[in-house]
Amino acid sequence: MTATIILLGLLICGSTGGEISIARGMKNIGEASLRPKALLKFLGRALQSGWLWIGIGLMAISFYSLLVLLSWHPISFVIPASALSNVVGTLGAKYILREQISGARWAGVLLVCGGVALVAGG
Amino acid sequence: MPSERKLRIKTLVMVFALVICANIGDLTLKRGMTEIGAVELSAPGLAHSLWLSVTNVKIWIGIFFLVGFMASYMTVLSWADYSYVMPVGAFGYAMLTFFAVVILHEHVSGRRWIGVLVVCFGVLLVGMTKPRTTEAA
Repeated sequence: MTATIILLGLLICGSTGGEISIARGMKNIGEASLRPKALLKFLGRALQSGWLWIGIGLMAISFYSLLVLLSWHPISFVIPASALSNVVGTLGAKYILREQISGARWAGVLLVCGGVALVAGG
Repeated sequence: MPSERKLRIKTLVMVFALVICANIGDLTLKRGMTEIGAVELSAPGLAHSLWLSVTNVKIWIGIFFLVGFMASYMTVLSWADYSYVMPVGAFGYAMLTFFAVVILHEHVSGRRWIGVLVVCFGVLLVGMTKPRTTEAA
């Protein structure tokens, strides 16, 4: 049980920390265009961002935790438990990325968390 | 077309692409890991499961789709809020349930349908907020 809790912590912190790092890096690079050539250029510039590699490192930890958890438990346990990352991620967006989280957005995030738990646990 | 509407449509299209890639990637990985079996948390056990992972085709197909997910994710985060993209992407759970019924003819419990409705309502609420609340770089 202790190992499961530690791995869930790594899964949630790794994925949200990784996503926030990537979001920071992509915002620094500037808005991507959807034209194929410009998009490839954007992805090339993104590969030179330190934030991207920090994010990938954190997401790799999260990914391996997910693989181990999936080999131990059914997906109907792992996914609802990991839905908490929506709340942790929104807090990170507010305090680290300085995004404005309106009441409607918070309500939506909480509904999504509850809904995901019902879908995967049902 | 007003720029905010254009931004919203562009964001939702990219979120749709990343959800499709993530769902296919996760399902394929789950099938691959089921083939490999429970991972033993010891140095030889981890090394053995790592070797089995890198030689399993389903794991590689899963990784291919997750790379597609990553590229879409990076692109959409260059213009949209993380706190917008993350919850809106949760409509993938609703989509998976819909596919389970229509394609796989699985039975879905009432509790799960309620969950789908709650997720959709949450996504709708977040979807109506501004996709970007910070200054562009």
